[in-house]
Amino acid sequence: MLAISLTHYVVLSALLFSIGLFGVLTKRNAVAVLICIELMLNAVNINLVAFSKYVTPTDFIGQIFSIFVITVAAAEVGVGLAIIIAIYRNRLSVNLDDFDWLKW
Amino acid sequence: MLVEFALYHAWLVPLLPALAFGVIVFLTRPWPKLSAIVAVGSMAVACFFATLAAYGVFTNHEFVEKPLVYATRWFSLGLPGMPEVQIDVGVQLDPTSAMMLFMVSFIATFIFLYSIGYMEGDPGFSVFFSYLSLFGASMLLLVISSNLLQMFVAWGLVGLCSYLLIGFYSHKISAREAAKKAFVTCRVADFGLLLGLLALQIVFGTLNLTELSEKIAHFEEYTTFGMLTLIAVLVFIGPIGKSGQFPLHVWLPDAMEGPTPVSALIHAATMVVAGVYLVGRTLFLFHEVPSAMQLVAVTGGFTALFAATIAITQREIKRILAYSTVSQLGYMMLALGVGSLTASMFHLWTHAFFKALMFLGAGSVLHALHHKADVWEMGGLYKKMPITTWTFVIGGLAIAGIPPFAGFWSKDEILVATLSEGHYVLFAVGAFTAFLTAFYMWRMIFLAFFGEEKPENHPHESPWTMTVPLVVLAVGALGAGWVGTPWHNVWAEWIFFGHPHHGPVNYGAMLLSIVLAAAGIYLAYMLYLKDAKKKRARRLAEWFGPVYRMLYNKYYIDELYLWFNHALVDGTARLMYLFDIYVVDGIVNGIGGFAKLSGDGLRVFQSGRLQNYALIFFLGVLAVAVLMAFTGPSAASLVLGGVK
Repeated sequence: MLAISLTHYVVLSALLFSIGLFGVLTKRNAVAVLICIELMLNAVNINLVAFSKYVTPTDFIGQIFSIFVITVAAAEVGVGLAIIIAIYRNRLSVNLDDFDWLKW
Repeated sequence: MLVEFALYHAWLVPLLPALAFGVIVFLTRPWPKLSAIVAVGSMAVACFFATLAAYGVFTNHEFVEKPLVYATRWFSLGLPGMPEVQIDVGVQLDPTSAMMLFMVSFIATFIFLYSIGYMEGDPGFSVFFSYLSLFGASMLLLVISSNLLQMFVAWGLVGLCSYLLIGFYSHKISAREAAKKAFVTCRVADFGLLLGLLALQIVFGTLNLTELSEKIAHFEEYTTFGMLTLIAVLVFIGPIGKSGQFPLHVWLPDAMEGPTPVSALIHAATMVVAGVYLVGRTLFLFHEVPSAMQLVAVTGGFTALFAATIAITQREIKRILAYSTVSQLGYMMLALGVGSLTASMFHLWTHAFFKALMFLGAGSVLHALHHKADVWEMGGLYKKMPITTWTFVIGGLAIAGIPPFAGFWSKDEILVATLSEGHYVLFAVGAFTAFLTAFYMWRMIFLAFFGEEKPENHPHESPWTMTVPLVVLAVGALGAGWVGTPWHNVWAEWIFFGHPHHGPVNYGAMLLSIVLAAAGIYLAYMLYLKDAKKKRARRLAEWFGPVYRMLYNKYYIDELYLWFNHALVDGTARLMYLFDIYVVDGIVNGIGGFAKLSGDGLRVFQSGRLQNYALIFFLGVLAVAVLMAFTGPSAASLVLGGVK
């Protein structure tokens, strides 16, 4: 039975980040993009906790940091959803391709 | 007591007309009569103080050696690493400035009075008097200046007043053009003067007249002889412009576009002699540089002759007088150039009286004939205008140099000074000019005042405000020279440079100048009065056709300047225009065009699509990460703009 090392965590986190990034770049639905951003943030959280456990096991810097990230992510999602709802009231759409009115 | 007060408060003399200027501009402008009273009244009070101050100076012989100077700090400039520059304003009273103070305020008072009659009914009556007051204030400030910078400020102010007053009839194009010409010509000259003053300040560290005269006496401690020569020449450029010396005399005849009292006050009696006065004030500088003295003398002598020859052929009464002024200013410069402050200031003094008189007489004639200026269209005015005629005749006798009138003594003094300094050519020029002066002046008098009456003219004598100044100035033109007769020369004991000059009475020169003056008058009489049809005069003009035309057209100097302007100045300007259009504008437009072009290129990336931005973001991070992986952190931090 192979022990779970730091590498496994990093690979998992990289995969999760890549999936999230792919979703952010390809999804047309704004809510789906927000969900994908959550994926990316959680990939980062895994990294933080894993490095904390394997590199500086006595300190809890990474863990505390990830709690901060989760809190901020919650707030960010709240604001993001509020914006999306506001846009939806105006446009009757959550398709990102329709949200190009800021271009020159 | 009162004299003492006037001596130590001489700054009141320029201040009073300056106050009058303010009062007229801000308060009394809607009431012409009141404005005139304010202007004349303040000038009269100023004249009263000036007379007292002059009396105080001329009764105390100490002031000859040691001028009365009191000054206050105007400003001081201290820059690190440089000596501090301190500029004073103050009053310097010595016989020369006291004489000028009295002369300017005295003549100004009577010309102000005359203007009441002359300008009557003019829509700009009050404005005219405000300008006159401002001029009086600036000129008096110039006269009492103890400091060359202060003098330069006043010098600029009188130039401004001259500009305003020449262009007073601004509805006439010719008046506007003349005003511009006067201003621009004088500014060109002032530039030279300013450079000279800056050089004086830099080299000697002061512009106070008394300190300068002490320092320049042993200038070797401060500078080289070459530098001093340069300074003297630069300073002399200012007077060339202001005092109408060749080649910058062109503005003075045109300045006659202004109202006649202005011509009398500014362009005959006071402002134009400011240049002579400045050279006289800084004679200690010129005295150290023989070549500069030579330049002054030759410029003066040449201008005297040059202007006199032009005056022979001119037709307009004020234009003749203007060229005569240029010629007489040349005399004054000539006297300064041969080192005689006495003779120069003496001629300045007498000239102020008889030239102001003649201009006012001309104004009286123009007033009577409704501004018909051509002397050939006048004639026989003596019957209807006796006071004007006889005062004018006195002026004519004075300028021609007939004893005992004022001009004789001063002109004689100049000729004797020239002769005793050994300038024989300049003496001959001066003597011949004296002959020409008598001739052209009496040509004008015979044509305008004597001979047959022209039926189309309806002259009338002018009101008392105009005739009283004429009579007063005529008394001056008669008697102003008696203070400087060769037998008992009071003038030379007070106003001199270096040492008072007491030569033997030169009866030869005196006789010569009388004979020349009489010959000139006689020639004019033969040509223009005895010969009623003026046939001989016309025939002479035909014989010497080219010469006559050249003189009538003032040696084509104006045309030369015009050509110079068109060919050189405008040509250079056109070249500069093209440079501006194609090179300067090209660079500026190029920068703009580049920004526009790069903007056009870059806006393709600005699609407005969130995910495109995110992709570019990601690719950028990826690029940095790849760079870091392959080259190490230092090169990557370079890419990131130096972030460590």
